[in-house]
Amino acid sequence: MITMDFAYYRPKSIAEAVNTFQDLTLQNKKALYYGGGTEIISMARMNKLQFAAVIDIKEIPECNVMQINNQKLTIGAAVTLTKICETNLFPLLSRAAKATADHTSRDKITVGGNICGLIPYREVVLPFLLCNSQVILAGKEGQRTVPITQIFDKTLKREKSEFIVQILTDRTFIDLPFEFVKKTKMEEIDYPLVTLALIKLGDEIRAAVSGLCSFPFRSSRLENEINQISVPLQTRIDNIMSNLPGPILNNLQGSAEYRDFVFRNTLLDALAKVGGAS
Amino acid sequence: MFQVLSKSLIELEVNGEIKSIVVRPADTLLFALREQLGLTGTKDACGNGDCAACTVLVDGWPVKSCLMLAVEAVGHKITTIEGLKDIPIQKAFLDKFALQCGYCTPAFIINSHALVTIHPDANDEVIKEWLQSNLCRCTSYEEIKEAVKWVLGQ
Repeated sequence: MITMDFAYYRPKSIAEAVNTFQDLTLQNKKALYYGGGTEIISMARMNKLQFAAVIDIKEIPECNVMQINNQKLTIGAAVTLTKICETNLFPLLSRAAKATADHTSRDKITVGGNICGLIPYREVVLPFLLCNSQVILAGKEGQRTVPITQIFDKTLKREKSEFIVQILTDRTFIDLPFEFVKKTKMEEIDYPLVTLALIKLGDEIRAAVSGLCSFPFRSSRLENEINQISVPLQTRIDNIMSNLPGPILNNLQGSAEYRDFVFRNTLLDALAKVGGAS
Repeated sequence: MFQVLSKSLIELEVNGEIKSIVVRPADTLLFALREQLGLTGTKDACGNGDCAACTVLVDGWPVKSCLMLAVEAVGHKITTIEGLKDIPIQKAFLDKFALQCGYCTPAFIINSHALVTIHPDANDEVIKEWLQSNLCRCTSYEEIKEAVKWVLGQ
């Protein structure tokens, strides 16, 4: 049971959502944009999150789009992970969605909610980082389209009044060869020790990682090391581990030492599969 | 714009009937179904989205009612275990002995019914993926899988 009280708004348009957020802000009320709401409900129940209102974006038509047009795949922020998997327009994203939570939870978890969540893992962002997808944000200053690689640094950097409307991905990326590996400690359905997503763009390998640090990331230093095919693989992996963008996560799912061990071996196997071993 | 600012009267469509209930916006669908409508077949267990004992159908898809606000369900069709009558999966659960203590059974039936309805040609991988959502501490997993396969085979 959630003991605190808050108000619920369900706007039918982007403008209505932003105006509602602005009105609440002027009244000094903290509002949260609400997609699937699974994380918000869980945290509210544990009194780990305080807010005065939620603005449910699921009835905004633009947030429910899932289509390929003009060589772009458009995915609305309120599209559920189940719909991503069932339609399977973007196989790597489907794979990442299937790695998130369990099937029934995925009927509720949305793409936008996962990317903007507070948990460290947020695997759904990995394919978008690899494909240089564009994020359409709406806020009090209107709408803007930004490459996700520019605004995703540990979290999605956005103005308080902004929410994700859609994510656009160039069609040329969505059928590229990929490798996606999620390692858990014991159960198939659990938070990851490490999750590794690779795509191959010609001779170039791109990599994005979740679970290794306290945030998902795609790192140019990591990719530079991976793509130095003339350097022995073990040396490349040692260099990668010396240049991570943050400390290795150390929590109940796994110690930092164990994650280090698992990630090295995951990388070794995955690179062999995509032709990046030698 | 639909909005609920404080404790209010709302209408939910549950098992084909329109029900009027008074809820706070912070009340979960699980709470509303059990405490306001007396539909106690939807079980309250972990309350945290881990066990799925509270699974109901929302527009035909299984959803954990502990992770959905009651106000969020306005405008959607809710089906609880009380709304499923004489369906093949119920008979299959009995015939295949797919229950022991029975606490998780309503949610397993709800989820299994959705599975065989949405994916009548489900293979082993799909069955596993769907059933993995629910926990059964008596570990009737094999029998539950057999019950689902029996319905799919009909």
